[in-house]
Amino acid sequence: MNNNNQKISLTIDGVEVQGKPGQTILEAAEAAAVYIPRLCWMKNLTAAGSCRVCSVRANGRVQSACTQPIGPGMVVENDTEELRELRRNLIDMLFVEGNHFCMFCEKSGECELQALAYRFGITAPKYPFMFPQRDLDASHPEILVDRNRCILCGRCVRASQELDGKHVFGFVGRGTTKRLAVNAPDNLAQTDAEADDQAVAACPTGSLLVKRVGYAVPVGQRKFDHSPIGSEIENSDVQD
Amino acid sequence: MSTTQERTVPSICESFGNERSRMMDIVLEVQDKLGCVDAETIDAIAAATDAPRVDVESVVSFYSFTSQKPKGKVVIRLSSDVPDIMAGALDVARGLEEELGIRFGETTPDGMFTLEWTSCIGMSDQAPAALVNGLVMPSLGPGTARRGVQILRERNNLEDLQGTLIREYGDGENSHDLVRAAVRNNIRRPGKVIFGRMESGAGLIKALAMSPAEVIRGIKTARLRGRGGAGFPTGMKWEFTRAAGGDDRTLICNADEGEPGTFKDRVILTERPDLLFEGMTIAGYAIGAKIGLLYLRAEYSYLREYLEHVLERRREQRLLGSRVCGKEGFEFDIRIQMGAGAYICGEETALISSCEGLRGDPKNRPPFPAQHGYLGTPTSVNNVETLCCVAPILEMGPGWFSSIGSAGSTGTKLLSISGDCMRRGVYEVPFGTTLREVFEMCGASEPAAVQVGGPSGQMVGPDDYAREICFDDLATGGSLMIFGPRRNLLEIASQFMEFFIEESCGYCTPCRVGNVLLKERLDKILAGLGEKSDLEYLQKLATTIKTTSRCGLGQTSANPVLSTIENFKMLYERLLKEPEEGRQRSFDIQTALSQAQDLTGRESVHFKQG
Ligand SMILES: Cc1cc2nc3c(=O)[nH]c(=O)nc-3n(C[C@H](O)[C@H](O)[C@H](O)COP(=O)(O)O)c2cc1C
Repeated sequence: MNNNNQKISLTIDGVEVQGKPGQTILEAAEAAAVYIPRLCWMKNLTAAGSCRVCSVRANGRVQSACTQPIGPGMVVENDTEELRELRRNLIDMLFVEGNHFCMFCEKSGECELQALAYRFGITAPKYPFMFPQRDLDASHPEILVDRNRCILCGRCVRASQELDGKHVFGFVGRGTTKRLAVNAPDNLAQTDAEADDQAVAACPTGSLLVKRVGYAVPVGQRKFDHSPIGSEIENSDVQD
Repeated sequence: MSTTQERTVPSICESFGNERSRMMDIVLEVQDKLGCVDAETIDAIAAATDAPRVDVESVVSFYSFTSQKPKGKVVIRLSSDVPDIMAGALDVARGLEEELGIRFGETTPDGMFTLEWTSCIGMSDQAPAALVNGLVMPSLGPGTARRGVQILRERNNLEDLQGTLIREYGDGENSHDLVRAAVRNNIRRPGKVIFGRMESGAGLIKALAMSPAEVIRGIKTARLRGRGGAGFPTGMKWEFTRAAGGDDRTLICNADEGEPGTFKDRVILTERPDLLFEGMTIAGYAIGAKIGLLYLRAEYSYLREYLEHVLERRREQRLLGSRVCGKEGFEFDIRIQMGAGAYICGEETALISSCEGLRGDPKNRPPFPAQHGYLGTPTSVNNVETLCCVAPILEMGPGWFSSIGSAGSTGTKLLSISGDCMRRGVYEVPFGTTLREVFEMCGASEPAAVQVGGPSGQMVGPDDYAREICFDDLATGGSLMIFGPRRNLLEIASQFMEFFIEESCGYCTPCRVGNVLLKERLDKILAGLGEKSDLEYLQKLATTIKTTSRCGLGQTSANPVLSTIENFKMLYERLLKEPEEGRQRSFDIQTALSQAQDLTGRESVHFKQG
C-alpha cells in the first residue's frame, strides 16, 4: 500500500480507534490493543472466516472481524452480551462436535479452544455431545494426527501452503463428514511433513502434536495457565 | 490399475488441457467412464493436472454424484424431498428394497444395482421421482418401480436405458430426439413475459444497436430484480461488473435450481432455451464478457445434449461466436458447466468455486464476484428466469415490463407449485398475486400451511394467505409447497433440517454443527420427550446459526424451526411438558444402565426394570 500514512477512524464499543487502509477489523482492533476472540485466524495466514468466533457487529451487521475490511466511520460492536453469547455458543459447538478430553490432553494449558472456554466461563457445554467416531494417524515418526481434537479451523492447511511452501493437508468430505486429510493415499508418513513445519505448530488444539515433547513444559507453567487468552493483546501498547 | 484405466484418465485430463480449473469436468467424465474415482485414479488425475492429490480428493469427496467407491452399474437415486415423501416415496423405497434385497445406501452383491436417497431433483410436480443413472423416472409407484427393476434385470441392456424404461415421452421438447424424457412440463398458466410470448430474437438485435451502458439503463428502468432468491437489482449488478477493471469479464447463468420444490428453471431450459441464451448474450454484451457459463445442475444432465445442440445452432446462425449478429468487436460464446450434486453450489460464490474446479465452498466477501469472480475476473451471476426477462424487456421496452406486477416488484414470477393441490406445476403470475389467488389457481382448498421459498423460506398459515408474492412481502425464488390439514408440519420441518445437514458444505461452525443440534432437539420434541425449556433452546440456537453463518445457506437453514415457532407455536406447545421429579424427560434410566448391566451380567438393584 502506498497510502500507508492515511488513517481510517472507526469506533469499537464506542472507543475511537485509528486503523490503516487495507486492515481488517480484527487487525485494526489488535493494533489498538483490543482483543477480538478468534480461533481459525493466525498472523501471516490468509483469513478463512470459518470458525466465526470473531463475529462482531459492523455498522449493525454481523461479520467475521478477520475478513471484514475497516471503513471510515465504521461502528463496531465487539464486547457486548449478544456477541459474547453467540461466541459461547460457537465454542460450545466445537466442543460437542469433537471428542475433547482436556484432562488427558498434552496440549492442556496451551490449547486455544480450552483457553477460550475458560475466558468465556464455560465449564460444560450446553449442547449434547455428539461423540463422533474419528481416527488417529500415528504413522509419522515425529508427528501425531488426532482427528478427535480437530476443529476444522484449517490453520495447518494454510500454514503448510503459505508458510512451509508445502501442501501437506487439505479438507475432504462436506458437512458433517468434512475431515482433515493428508496429501497422500493413506497417511501422514507418506507426505513430506516434518516436525518443525509451521503447519504443526499452527494447530490451536491437540490435533497435531509433535511426539515425545508433550510434557516438556510442566502444567502450571503453560501459556494460558496464568493469564487468559487475549490478555497479551489487551496488555500490549497501542500501535500507530 | 487396469490398462484401460491407465489410458483413460490421462486422455480425459488432456481433453481438458490438463487444466486444474477444469477439475469438475475431468472428475465427472472419469466417474462416468470408470464408475468411480478411486485412490489410484485420484493419483493419476493429480499427476496429469499437476495438482496436489488431496485437492483432487477434496473435489471428488465433496459432490454427491462423484464417488471414491465403485457403485452398481445402475444407480437408483430416489428423491427424498418433502413433496416426494408426501406422494409416497417411502412406499417406492420399500418396494425397491424388497425387489432388490438390499437397503438404501447398499449395492446388490452382483454389482448391478445401488440404491440411494438424493435431495430434491426438481420434479416435485411429478413426485415421487428418481434418477436412474441420470435418466429421470417421474410419477413412480412401488409397482412401477419394481417392474422397472425387473425389466432391467431381464433385458440386461444398459446401453439404452431410455428405450428400456420409458414408455411415453413427455410433452413439448421433452420428446425431442436429444431429450427423450418422461418428464412433463406442467405449464399451467403462461404469463406475459416468459411462457406467453413467442420468441423472436428481436431483443438481441435491438440491444446490439444500443451501447452497453444504454442496455444497462434499460434494465434499470424496467426495475428488473434477481429471480434466484436474493432479489438484487440486475442492472446494478451488471453496472458494477462492467465498472470493474480489466478486459476479461464473465457472465454466469445459475441453473443449479437446488432449492427443494423449485422446478421452473427446468421448464425454461426445456421450452425456452433460446430466450435464455439470447438473454445471456445481451448480458454478455452489457457487462463486456466474452464467455458465458451455464452452470447446469447434475440432476438436469438429461437436458445437456439438447442444450448443446441449441447452442450449436445459435453458433451457425451467428448468434454466438465472434462478431455476434455481425456486430464488430462483440465476441461471445457459451459453455455448459455441469454440476455434480450439491445444493450449496447454487450460492453464487460456491458456484464460482465449482466452476473453477474446486470443492463448492463459498468464498469470503469482499471481494464480491462483480469485482473478483470466476478465475479472478469480474463476474455477474444471474438466475435463469432473470436472464429470460432480458430480451422481452429490450424488445417490448422497459415501460411495458414495469407496467406488469407491482411497484417494487415488476414483471412476472414463475411459481413452482407442489404438494397438496389439484394442479401441480409452473404458473407465471404477475408479482403481487396473493397466496389465496394462488390456491384458487392450483386447486388447493383450505391448506393448513404453505412453505414459501422452499426450506430456506418460511412456513406460513391461514393468517398470511392474503399476503402478496413480491420482493417487499413474501419474497420467494418460486417454490411453493402446499400442505393439507392432515400433514404433520413439525415432521416436515425436521425433514427440511435433514436437507440442510446433508447439504451444508461444512466450512463454518454454526452451519456445520448447529443444524445437527437443531434437528436433534426438534426430533426429541417430536418423539414426545420435549420440555417447556426446549422452545427457548431452539430459538437461541437457531438465532446463533442464522446470525453467525458465513453464507446464505446457514443464514436461512434455521428458518424451518424459526418460522414454525413463529407461525405454529401451538404445535410445539402441545408436545412440550414439564419434567417430572426434576428429571429430564428424554432421560431413560434403563437405557442409561443397559450397557453397564450387560457388562456386569446383573441388574441394578435400585432401578429395577418395569
Ligand atoms: C444455499 C443457496 C442456494 C442457492 N441456489 C440458487 C439456485 O439454485 N439458483 C439461483 O439462481 N440462485 C440461487 N441462490 C442465489 C444465488 O446466490 C444468487 O443470488 C443468484 O443466483 C443471483 O441471480 P439473480 O440476481 O438473478 O437472482 C442460492 C443461494 C444460496 C445461499
